[in-house]
This record gives sequence, structure tokens and C-alpha cells, in this order.
Amino acid sequence: MAAVVFKAEDVTKTYVTGDVAVHALRGVDLELFEGELAVMLGPSGSGKSTLLNILGGIDTATSGSARFKDLDLTGQDERTLTFYRRNHVGFVFQFYNLIPSLTALENVALVTEIARDPMSPAEALELVALSDRANHFPAQLSGGEQQRVAIARAIAKRPEVLLCDEPTGALDSKTGVLVLDALMSVNRELSTTTAIITHNAETRKIAHRVFYFHDGRIARCETNETRLEPREIVW
Amino acid sequence: MKALDKKLLRDLRHIWTQVLAVALVMAAGVATILIAIGAHRSLDGTRNVYYERYRFADVFTSATRAPVSVVERILRIPGVSIAEGRIVKPVLLDIEGMSEPASGLAISLPPGRQPHLNALFMRSGRLPKADAGFEVVISESFAEAHRFTAGSKFKALLNGRKRELKVTGIALSPEYIYALGPGEFLPDDRRFGVLWMAEETMEAAFDLDGAINNVTIKLLKGASQPAVIAAVDRLLARYGGLGAYGRKDQASHEFLDSELQELEAMRNVLPPIFMIVTAFLVNMIMSRIIALEREQIGLLKAVGYSRSGIAWHYIKFVLCISAVGIMIGYGLGQWLGRGLTRIYAEFFRYPFLIFDSSTDIFLAAAAISATAGLAGASGSVWQAATLPAAVAMRPPAPVAYSSLFSRHLKVITAFNQVTRMTLRHMVRKPLRAGGTLLGIALSLSVLISSLFAFDSIDFMIDTLYFRTDRQHATLSFADDRHPRALQEAAHLPGVMRAEPARAIPARIRNGNKSRRIAVIGKPRNADMSLVVDLDIRPVKLPRQGLVISDKLASLLDATTGQYVTLELLDGKRRSVEVIVSAKVRSYIGLLAAMDLDALNEIAGDGPRISSVSLAIDTNRTDALYEKVKALPAVASITLQRVSLALFRDTLAQNIAMMMTVYTSLGVIIAFGVAYNSARIQLSERARELASLRVLGFTRQEVARILLNELAILTALALPLGWLGGYGLAWLTAQGLDTEVHRIPFIIDRDTYAWASVVLVAAVAVSALIVRLRINKLDLIAVLKTRD
Repeated sequence: MAAVVFKAEDVTKTYVTGDVAVHALRGVDLELFEGELAVMLGPSGSGKSTLLNILGGIDTATSGSARFKDLDLTGQDERTLTFYRRNHVGFVFQFYNLIPSLTALENVALVTEIARDPMSPAEALELVALSDRANHFPAQLSGGEQQRVAIARAIAKRPEVLLCDEPTGALDSKTGVLVLDALMSVNRELSTTTAIITHNAETRKIAHRVFYFHDGRIARCETNETRLEPREIVW
Repeated sequence: MKALDKKLLRDLRHIWTQVLAVALVMAAGVATILIAIGAHRSLDGTRNVYYERYRFADVFTSATRAPVSVVERILRIPGVSIAEGRIVKPVLLDIEGMSEPASGLAISLPPGRQPHLNALFMRSGRLPKADAGFEVVISESFAEAHRFTAGSKFKALLNGRKRELKVTGIALSPEYIYALGPGEFLPDDRRFGVLWMAEETMEAAFDLDGAINNVTIKLLKGASQPAVIAAVDRLLARYGGLGAYGRKDQASHEFLDSELQELEAMRNVLPPIFMIVTAFLVNMIMSRIIALEREQIGLLKAVGYSRSGIAWHYIKFVLCISAVGIMIGYGLGQWLGRGLTRIYAEFFRYPFLIFDSSTDIFLAAAAISATAGLAGASGSVWQAATLPAAVAMRPPAPVAYSSLFSRHLKVITAFNQVTRMTLRHMVRKPLRAGGTLLGIALSLSVLISSLFAFDSIDFMIDTLYFRTDRQHATLSFADDRHPRALQEAAHLPGVMRAEPARAIPARIRNGNKSRRIAVIGKPRNADMSLVVDLDIRPVKLPRQGLVISDKLASLLDATTGQYVTLELLDGKRRSVEVIVSAKVRSYIGLLAAMDLDALNEIAGDGPRISSVSLAIDTNRTDALYEKVKALPAVASITLQRVSLALFRDTLAQNIAMMMTVYTSLGVIIAFGVAYNSARIQLSERARELASLRVLGFTRQEVARILLNELAILTALALPLGWLGGYGLAWLTAQGLDTEVHRIPFIIDRDTYAWASVVLVAAVAVSALIVRLRINKLDLIAVLKTRD
């Protein structure tokens, strides 16, 4: 049995704007294990991103507890969360969030320069098969290539967890496959616990486990007996 | 209110700190325009009205002693409308509670009435009567300094006899708006006063029955002043006429002219700087706002707003910023204008002096500022107006950084990623980086040009009091004396050494250029009162020939080795050709000096002296004063120590005010530029910075990325600002370079350092404010939004 990386217990999150309170999470329990690839499905506003943000240390729970290994993520100060993100978490965003004034290689180096035990930026680009585009600026890369740079940037620090919020959301299917391939190979080769949020239900087939979100709760969880390769799924 | 106007107001409120920063720079521009033009008008306008109402004369002249009938003959000179004879005599004053003697200038008044020319504005009391003893009307500044009112009494030495004078009134005269005592170049209200006495009283006191020694003349419109002056000089020559002169050479008028000239210089230098910076800041803000509102502009166009409608919307935005700037500037201008008027009121004695803030100046200042703002915004507004709706609705093309910077600028690889980001960002927006750099540099320049006044004044004090006039005191005689007077002065109590000098009024001429000056004769081996060369080293006066100050040389277009004509207006009134043997330095007035013996020789009236420089035992000054107060020949005694203290006090006060204003202005520019630059960068790069925060960069690290650019630009701006400060200080020195005075152009290294410290502090504060906003970056929103 693999070790538990994330453990969420009865996590709630309420956003209050003026007189309106929005309950984004209404009590979520979840465990993610080392080396696991989890896919989170659900309609917009069902709470997937909120949970991911709490696990990633860029948002905090209103109540309940969220733990990363021995670290309680609830109630930590800003500085602790910053170093938690810096040392343990890799993020991949829907819109890549690359720095336009840095080349692909430099975007990766940006993170390796502050990480504790990073791989070399070139090695990270190699893992996402982008070595030949290393000296291109984001504006000179296709969307898929940009997202793979973002993945290289996320994994270069050898994070324990990789959190991906709609990593293929802005991409066509062919490019999406390449990105998912990159995520799967990282998960396989580095045993990085990976959570992927997606709207594309077919993507669930590449996961170990699938969490279905509905109305701020996890409605159900499925375990895949057999997993498909990204190129095998139908978009 | 239309929806679009509501949007406008909300947008303005949203970026109010930036609006305020721009508005402050604009306000500084408006204020400087208001002050410079307002003060100019106050001084000039009031002066004109005052001159007209109180019939300020056009031509002035004096003689040793002339019969009253000479006035009739002057009246017959073509072009003369009014001529009035009077008696003007220097007198020593002995005032209770004041050990040193004060100086006075006694002027006669016609019996029972105001003079036709240079009429008095009676602040209080009445004109003096002839038959009621020694009654006087005294100048207001002198009265205030001694708290004299009608009925007060003080003693004066009139032609060697001590008399008790009784004050009957307090008055102002257009002739003494700026009233200088003998040998002074700043008004000293305590030690100098003008006294008006009845003609009869003065005739009797000075043995001038039926005679006058001074004539004032009003010209007819269109009369030739030089022709009248020449005719008057011919008439008065035999009565010891000292040469007539026009208003240009009248001390009070000349000082006011010089002040007006300085205000013009200020008006020409400062407002343009503020307007340039304003235009740049508005440009920076508006281009950012329009970039942010690109999709909204597309939408507005899609629903049917016209190009002009969109353009007008953004023009209103600029006009709103301008309105804030103009209002603050107006308030600031009024406030500073009043402060300036208070300072002027100390120096310039007008019956009334109101800071002129007429609507037209205000409207002009407002129009100039709004134009600067609109000029800065024109590019962005045009872009917004002409952007096709379909294009505007799409997000802009991604920011393309060329690989040029990495391939060809190999040097960039020497830096870490964060520095590379900064450098590329700067290179990609060269105009903004350049503008920010220029703005910061300009602010440093303003700071240097204000702080340099200290260096300049220090240097001036050192030159004036410790290298040129090193005597303790100067004794001036009412009339030129035989050199025996030097021996007598040397034997006064407490006098250790005495050195003679003579001043002769003269016209100095080179071709068609001429000036009215006093030629000073000093002993060749002078030890106390010296002349210094352009490098402030003592000059040994040549046996023959004249040394003139570089200012006088440039006014006459004369150089060393050249002959100039010296028309002496005293002695035998000879006109001689003399060689200019050297150019020398002088900060006050126009200096022409020569060897005392040589001067006496060309004057032709035998050895004479008109003043004596003294080295005195400071423990025995009271005894010296007591003795001097009873010496009939003495017109005044000036003390270097007192004069220096006055100089320091007066200038310290003025410079403190000027420095506060200029330094604030410099800081406002620095703050406005740095704050807006950092804020706009934060707005443009918020997504980038928030992404870095999510990736694990601390706030500190992210702030460093953002503020790196500002730090680099500030560092680059320093040398540019030093250079600009040098230039601006030079311009300031030029503005203060008049015939009346000039200031040395000296900037110490400390000044550069201090100005830089103030600048860096101003930039740091604005950076700190922006730094606080980094804490508020929304880390979650950034993950869900496109660029």
C-alpha cells in the first residue's frame, strides 16, 4: 500500500462577497497516494479547482483539515505555504502562465534556480520532448508546446505532487494527447502524485482513480482496473 | 449621468493614487506658472501704477551745489516736462539703544506740499513743517525697525551738528521701493532710513540757502532721454554735476528689474519641465488604460459608439486628471504666491502689494497643463478611436519577445532569469523605460539645481567677506577728502590699520556701449579691500590701466588689452582712454577699479579719498562708534560683521523657502514618475508575478522582479540627472546673472550626493507603496484567465 500524500477531511470553503456567501466546498474527504494519477471531473462550480487550490497551498480551507504528508495546510501562514509550493508542488495551468520575456529553457530555469534539488532545465525539457525548442520564446511556440514547457517547469524541481488545472482545456485534441502523454510519463518515471482537473470525461480513462465532483462535494470515486494511453482515448 | 460617464468616474476612482501622482506633477507646473507670472505681474504691475500715481521721475542727477535758478534752465531743455530741485544729503543717525551709528539719506520737501515728482505715500502722520524745529517724515521700513511713530525722536548729525529730529509722519516713496544704505547690497531696515525734511530746514542745516544739489526730471512723451541727459550734464557741469542717469541706473528701479528678470528665468525653466513630465505620465497611464479596456472598446464600437464618441470618452479622462492637477496647482500657487509676496514685502516697499492671480494667468496655466496632458494621451486615444471593433474584441497578439536579445546580446546570458526578464522587458518597451529614466533624471536635476544654491552662497560669502573685502569696517565720507583724513581715521579709537579708497562716478564707454558706474581707486599694495581675479586670487592693481569685472566686460564687449573711454563725472570731469589690463571677479554690481594714485591723477583734482577701510579692535567698537557719531565728515560706517550677518540671515531665509519649494517639486516628479511606472508594470505583469508566486516565489522575490527595473532605471538616471542638474543649475545661475548681482556657479560633490539621496528615497517610498500591493495579488484568478 502506497503512502498517503494528501489527506482532506471534511474540507469546506465559503467565499463571501458582500451579502452573498458562495459555498464552493461543502465537506470534502479525500486521500491521494504516492505515485497515483487522479482525474477530477465535474461541472463548472462543482468545487474541483477550489480543492486543488487548497491542496496546492494557494488558497485555504474555511473549515476541516487538509494535510500534505505531515504538513497541515490549514491555518499555515503565507510564508510557509510559499515554501511548501516552492519545494513540493508543481502546477500546470490551463493558460500555461509562461513568462513571455523568457525562453522555454529560461522559464524552466526560473524554477530550478530556487528549488532545492532540481533536475537541469535541459533534462526537464527532454522529458517533455522539447529540447529542440529550448531557445524559443513563448510567443514562438504553439499552445501544446507552451503547455509542455509549463509541465517541464512544473516537474523540473522534482515535486512530490503535480497539480494540473485543465491542462488540455485550451488545446486541440492532437496537442492534448501530447500533453497528457507528457503528464503520464512523468507520473510513471518520477512517481509524482498527479491530480488532473478536466471537463473532458474521456480523460478519466488514463487515471488510476476518478473523482466525480458535484455541488461542492465528491459525489463518487471510481477506480480504473485498466488504464488507457492518451492516444487511445476518444476526444 | 450617461453610463459611459459613470464608467469614467469609477475608473478614475479605481486608479486614484495614480491620478493623484500625475495631478501633483501637473499641479507643480501650474503653481510655478502662477507664481512666476503672478509675482512678475504683482511687482511690475504695482510698480507701474505706483510710479504713475506718485510721479516717479525719469531722470536723476546731483551736483555739489547749484543755484535754484538752474531748475528753470533745465525746464527749457527740449523734452523736459517737469524739473524739480531739491537737497539730498547723507547723514549719520544716532539712535537710542543702538551703539553703532545708522545711516540716513535726508531729502528736502518743498514748503508745505508734496513734491511734483517722487511724491510720498503717507502711511501716517503729516508732512514736516519748516518753522517747527527739525521735523522729519521717515521711511516705513526704518520706522518699523525702530518702532518709530509720529512723535518719536532720534538724533542725527546734520552738517557736523547733532540735532534732535522729531518724526511727524511715516511714508513710502517710489524712489525707495528697494532702499539700500551706502555700501550695502541688501536692505538693512535698522541701519538705513530715508528722512524727508522741509526745504528751509535743510537749506539752513547744510548752508545751502538758495541752492540745491539734486534735480529730478520728468520727460515729455517721446522725448529722447540721452539727449536730455547730455543737456543736463552740460548745464550742471560747472556746479559739480555728477552725471544724470535714467531709471535704468536708479538703484531701487534697477533692483526691481533684476528681480523681474529672475522671475522670467524661473518661468522659462521650471514649467516646461513639469509639462514634459506630465505629458509623459499621462501617456503612460492612458496607454495602459486603453490596453486594458481593449475589449470594452471593441464592445462599445460593436454596439454602435462612434470613433469620436470613444475618443471623447478618453479625452474626458485626461481632462478629469487635468482638472484635479489644475485645482491643486491653483491652491498651491495661491499659497506659495502669498508666501513669496510676504518675502517681497520685506524687500520691496510698496503702498500695497497683492499677489496677482488674475483669471487670465489661471486660464493660461490651465490651458497649458491640459494641452500637455492631451498631447501625452493623443497617441493612445487615436489608437482607441481607430481600432476596428472586430480586432478590439479579440485579445491582443501575445507579447512577442524576439530571440534577438538572447542570440545577439550574448551578455544577457551572464544574468540570472530574473534579471533577464527585467532587461528584456526594458528593451521591449524602450520608450517607457526611456521616459521613466528621463523623468527620474529630471527630478534629480531639479533637486541639484535647488541644492546648489548653498554651495554658491557659501562660495560667495567666502569671496565677498574673506577674500575681497576683508576689512572690519568701512568709513565713508559725505564728500571727498584730503588724504589727511586717512591719518585721522587711523587715530580713531580702536583702529589698528586704515586703508584709503576713492570712488568716482563715471561713464565707461566702448564704441556705442556704455554704463554708468563708480570707478574705485585702491592702493596698489592694498591689504584689506582687495580685487580678485577670475580664479578668486588677489590682483595687484596695475600702475596704469583699469581692471573691470567680467560682467562689465561682457556688457561693454571689451576685452583685456583694449582701450575704453572713461568719462569721469567728478573732479575735473575728464574723459580719458584707459587700457583694460585685466578682467576680475565681482558678484555685486559692476566693478571697475584702478590704482588710487592713477585715479587721482586722471581725476586731476589732487589727492582725494572718499572712504577708508578699517581694521579695528573689536573690544573698542563702542568707543569708535561714539567718536564717529560726532564726526561731521562721515556719511556712514558699515561693518562687515553686521553686513555678513544680514546677508546670511536674509539669504538663509529666502533659500530655505526656495529650497523647500524646489525640493518638494523635485520629489513630486520623482514620486510621480516612479510610482506610476511601478504601478503600470504591476498592472501589466500582475499575471506573470502571480504565476511566479504560485510557483513558489516569495513576495519579496516577486517584488524584486517588479522593482528591479525601477532600480536599474534609477541607477542609470543618476549620471544623467547629475548632468541635467549641472545644466539646470547653470541656467539658474544665468537667470540670476543681472547687472545688479550674480551668483557663482559652483556645485560641490556633496550636493550631487545629497540630491541623489533625496531622489533615491523618493523612488524607494513609491516602490514601497507598490510593494504593498504585491501582497494583494490574486493568485487564484490568475490561473483561470488568459493574458
